[in-house]
Amino acid sequence: MAVIEISCAEIWREISNYLQGEISVELRDRMQAHFEVCKHCSAVLDGTRNVVELVGDGRVFPMPEGFSRRLYRKIRRR
Amino acid sequence: MPGEPQPQMDSNEADLIRRVCKGAPEAFEELVRPYERVVYMTAISVLKNPADAEEVAQEAVLKAFSNLPNFRGECKFSTWLVQITYNEARMKLRKDRRHLYDSVDDPQQGEEGDYSPRDFADWRLIPSELLESDEIRQALQNAINSLSSMYREIVNLRDIQDLSIKETATVLGIPEASVKTRLHRARLLLRDALAPGLDGCWRAKQEYRKVRPW
Repeated sequence: MAVIEISCAEIWREISNYLQGEISVELRDRMQAHFEVCKHCSAVLDGTRNVVELVGDGRVFPMPEGFSRRLYRKIRRR
Repeated sequence: MPGEPQPQMDSNEADLIRRVCKGAPEAFEELVRPYERVVYMTAISVLKNPADAEEVAQEAVLKAFSNLPNFRGECKFSTWLVQITYNEARMKLRKDRRHLYDSVDDPQQGEEGDYSPRDFADWRLIPSELLESDEIRQALQNAINSLSSMYREIVNLRDIQDLSIKETATVLGIPEASVKTRLHRARLLLRDALAPGLDGCWRAKQEYRKVRPW
């Protein structure tokens, strides 16, 4: 069955939902078909996926050293 | 503290809360320990400054301790704790009047309307390798800090702390649909901020080389 084409602007609107798997199967198929032929949109998709993976990594924002110790000392003093 | 266990509540947490409320403050440490990071990160996502974030995180945890008898278990304990932290952080921001320059409520960077990518940098590296580099971590921190607060807070709660859409909506006091819209926009803005530097080829301990063909 032919997949109905989708514009780049529609793709950008749905990229985050696509990554979360929060779109219909029909829309997903249309988006996948678009990514296969549009290098711009597939670049935006890859970049957005990288953002989600990178920011979720605990190494990006380390906790200050001694945070726990200072926190519980303050609680105990109370 | 409710007499009946609430459906939202983890049974171990419910037990710890009962113990604290019955006069065993040491149980509070056990209760809070798993959430130290989310508390700190929530504070820093609002305040952007480690010293202020630590101060607010401490105040928020102390406030949670004092108010624990009023916790009704209508949401998870962690959501409640994060909500207290978020409110404390915003209060501090208002007090310091820094919001004049970075308003919590200012929908700058346009939440509504269609988004167009700033460029189409092709960024296909394996992300986990990137974080070996201090430069990359700094670039990420800078990119997140460059977002306006409403986007920064969403990214923190959803993508950094992995709260659900519902929990995020509860903490921020906004509809779930807004969480989705803002998160979507925030991710694209971060991609815009990062991809032009990362497309070519940052590698740990190597210099950045621009390889975009356009």
